[in-house]
Parts: sequence; structure tokens; C-alpha cells
Amino acid sequence: MFGVSLLVFMMIRIIPGDIVDLMIGSELYVSAEYRAELRAQYGLDKPIYIQYVNWVTQIVHGNFGISLRNNEPVLGTILRRLPLTGELALLSVLLSAAVAVPLGVISAVKQNTATDFVVRLIAMVGLSVPNFWLAAMLLLMTGVVFHWQPQLLLAPPWIDPWTNLQQMAMPVVALSLALMAIVMRMTRSSMLEVLRQDYVVTARAKGLVPSAIMVRHALKNAFIPVMTVLGVQLGALLGGTVVIEVIFGLPGIGRLVIDAISARDYPMLQGTVLFIATMFTLINLLVDMTYAYLDPRIRYA
Amino acid sequence: MTSATLAIPRARAATRRLQKGRMWRPIQRYPIGFLGAAIVVLVVLLAMSADLITPYDPVWQIDERLTPPNADYILGLDEFGRDVFSRIIYGARVSLYAGIVSVIAIALPIGSVLGVLAGYFRGWIDTLLSRLVDIMFAFPALLLAITIVGVLGPSLTNTMIAIGIVYAPTFARIARGSTLGVANLDYITASRTIGAGSQRIIVRHVLPNIAAPLIVQTTLALSTAILIEATLSFLGLGTQPPMPSWGTMLGTGRRYMELAPWVAIYPGVAIMIAVLGFNLAGDGLRDALDPRLRVA
Repeated sequence: MFGVSLLVFMMIRIIPGDIVDLMIGSELYVSAEYRAELRAQYGLDKPIYIQYVNWVTQIVHGNFGISLRNNEPVLGTILRRLPLTGELALLSVLLSAAVAVPLGVISAVKQNTATDFVVRLIAMVGLSVPNFWLAAMLLLMTGVVFHWQPQLLLAPPWIDPWTNLQQMAMPVVALSLALMAIVMRMTRSSMLEVLRQDYVVTARAKGLVPSAIMVRHALKNAFIPVMTVLGVQLGALLGGTVVIEVIFGLPGIGRLVIDAISARDYPMLQGTVLFIATMFTLINLLVDMTYAYLDPRIRYA
Repeated sequence: MTSATLAIPRARAATRRLQKGRMWRPIQRYPIGFLGAAIVVLVVLLAMSADLITPYDPVWQIDERLTPPNADYILGLDEFGRDVFSRIIYGARVSLYAGIVSVIAIALPIGSVLGVLAGYFRGWIDTLLSRLVDIMFAFPALLLAITIVGVLGPSLTNTMIAIGIVYAPTFARIARGSTLGVANLDYITASRTIGAGSQRIIVRHVLPNIAAPLIVQTTLALSTAILIEATLSFLGLGTQPPMPSWGTMLGTGRRYMELAPWVAIYPGVAIMIAVLGFNLAGDGLRDALDPRLRVA
């Protein structure tokens, strides 16, 4: 836990140094007095370490600062946009697991057959397709070929779940493909490993039905590394949503990053990036803990 | 890692030397890896000979915007009346350039030098570096790259710097781990006993023995570097127009996609082929050089 706190602590430190210079650099035609006044207002006239301490103190109190663009509190904006990104990431992980785990198992069981080869090749291609291109192609296909497009106004899942799912379908598919490929490869190699173990051989020798062996003995154990990958990738998806949200015009956290960059809204950018990195770290920590829970042989000090 | 596992690649190399006459043997053994290598070589050749094989200048415009693919313009014209095929071939240059500079010129040297020093000398260098690497890994790679470019300002150079920074920790971690693995082996001790200095040991004994995983990682990182460059350019943060980059082509072409799908389809196909090539080659190299790292 000390490591994590240190980590969050220090990564905040990386960002502000640049922000200060750049914020002033972006204000072109302002008088020196106004500049000084602005600096004082944002606390930029103080030495960097004081600013830093101030900033951290504020963060700890839950105050991420105020947006330079619309004077809204940063944290409020992030929290308002969080559900959409969260839903996107969660649905992608679920979809990836639902598709990739069975494929990985099949690929491992039928190792070195045509089926295995095809599945692996598809996975390799899936890893290589840029998700923004896939998103564009999905839009093109549904729009031009099938003349279908989901309702433009975003429907919240708790009011109109069906419309919401329609709207989420394309972004989720575009976001999931690479993840599916990763999960499938992980499931396959992990299954191959497990299938060689003595207890699987024993189970087979005592005459258990192959499907029972697969589910009860093999998959259960093979699933641990797969879980890890899923968890770690859930965090990575937070980065991937940036592009997807821009393409599909979804107002999520990823979109917030891009908007903040183009508006030079540094408190917003700083807050959002910190927020995502914290989430990412927390998810990883959670995965580590789950890992220890799933496999009692692993104990972390 | 023990000396036994390290001996495997060398044993294999020895076997291969014995069969020197059969040059097809490795290709039969790693067909997919060689397919990937072939794709990479093809992309590199196309990029190098772009001046010779492209029918038109990549920024030359003619007054027939969004012309569909035909005999003169095999992949059609874009929204400014520029030849899509020529732009894709020149785009290969930008992609490879971005990948090579960011990975081979920035991430690999910085990461491996720091990693080797940390792994060899241990102590405070190691503690400091490991902390730093942990911090870098707390950010999703793409988000970190986007943020760095967002702060430095959009340009190809900054994109390459950003990708370099994002991937340096990966190399540092691999180099450190591998160095830790070899640093206490007998031949290092032996060489220290006969009075070799640290510098000599690192260059002559450590580096050659940790090269394999670094080479594999370089190949795989090249594929993701190309993807990230394309992504940033797509978002308007990377390569700036009118320079032809696959990501930029897709980003600007997207608006005309429904009228002229070829503007958006082909740059994406180009990205996919190049990235697939590096991925397959990297996987093949890993199987051949470093069986311990095998994932699939």
C-alpha cells in the first residue's frame, strides 16, 4: 500500500511542472500586471514546491480545481462523465471475455489443428487493426450499407436500456476487438499449460467426461492469468476510450481529455489524467488482490 | 532464470549451424514469423523506393476531388484531389520513421541503459529506477502518449518523443530483469576474478546475453509504436497535414467517408498490414530466440 500511495503521490508531481509554463505561454496578449494578477489568482506566483503542496492538499480534500474554460469544478465534470466511460469499458471487458475465453479454450484443446490456426490468425489480425479504423468501418457499414444508425440523443441505461445498448453496440465492438485477441491468446496459452498438468491427466485417466475435465479442472485453473489480463486491460481500455469516444461523439472521460487538450484547459487535463491513472492503479491493485484470493498458493506480504 | 534455460537458444543455434546447408529449415520451422518478416521487408522496401514507384506526388492536387478508384488513380483521389495510393506509400515512410525513431532511437537505448545499470549495480540506482518505472506504468500507455503530446504541442517530433517516453520503461524493466538473471552467473564472476572492469563486463558479457528479449521487444514495440503514431495523428495530435501519414489520412478522410469510402478504407488497411507484419515477426522471433517469453 505504501508503494501505491508513493506512486500516486509522485505521478502528480510529473504533471504540474510543465503546466505552469505552458499556461502562461498560451496567454498571448495580456499586460504584465494582468499576468501577475492571474498568476497570483491561480497561485502560480509561488515557488513550484509550494504550488505542488497546495495542489496535493486540495486533491486530498477532494478539490481537483476549477476548469479554465467554463469555471466548473473539475471533479464534478469527471464524475458526471464517468458512468458512460465506465459502461463502455465494462461492456467491452464482458464482451471480450464472452467471445475470447471459449475461443481460447477451443484453440488450446485442438492445438495445432486448422481450427487452432484460424483462431490464432484471427487473433493476430485483431491485434493489428487500429480501433479507430474499425470504428469508422462499422459506422460506414451500418450507415451506408444498411442505412441504420442508432438514435443520436444518448439514452441512459437505467431509463431506456434497449436504446442504450443499441447506441453502445458499435463503440463496444470497436473497443473490444484488440482485447478479445489478447484474452484469447492468454486463455489459449494458459489452457495449454494447465492441460499438461498431472491432475488433468489423472482426471482423464479416471474416466471423467472431457467436458467435465475442461470446465471443472482445466478452465478453473487456467482462468487466473486470464482474470489478470482482463483486469489490467480494463485499465488500458480507459486509454482506448479516448479515441472511440471522439469517433462516436460520446461525452465520456476520454473525450474530456481531448477537449481539455484542444482548449488548453490544464487543470481539467491534469485532473482527468490523474483521475484515470488513479483508477488504473486501483484496478491493478484490485486484480492483484483477486489473484491472491483465487489462488491460495499466492500470498502477498 | 538459470543457466540451463539460457543455454537453450544457444543449443538451438548450434543445431542450426550443423544443418547449414538446409536454408529452408528455419522457414519451415517458423513459417508465420517469416511471413511477418516478409511483410516488414516489403513495407520497408516500398517506403524506401517511394520516389520511384508512386505515380504522383503525395501533395500534388488535381481538380477532381474524391474521384473513385480507377485505372489512373488505383485507390482514388482524396478530398483535395491527391492520389491516395501515392499518399499511402509515402505514409509508410512516416510510419516507419516514427516507429524507428521512437523505439530504436529513444525507448530502446534509454530503457536498456538504465535497466542494465540498475540490474548490474543494484542499490539506489535500482530503487530509483524501479520506482520511476512503476510510476510510468500507472498510466495507460495511450493516455500517457496523448497527454505528453497534448502538453508539448501537436507535431510528429513530439509524437515520437511521447512514444519513446512511453516505451522506455518497458525496455528498462526487461533489461533490468535479464541483467539480474545473468549478473551472478559463473562466467561473470570468472571475468571479474581475472580483473575485468564493470564496463568491460557489461559490454562484453552482459549485453550479448540479454540481447534476445530486447530484440523481441523492439519488434513488438515497433508495431504498437506505429499504431500509436497513427492514433495520435488520427486525433490531429501527431503528424500534421499535408505530410501524408496513415493516421492523418484516416482522420481527415473520415469526414468524407460516406461519399468516398476509399479515402478512409485504404490507409487503415495499410496500418493493419504493417502492424501485422511486425507482430508476426516479433512473435516468430520470440519463439526462435527466447522460448521463455512465449505467450501463445
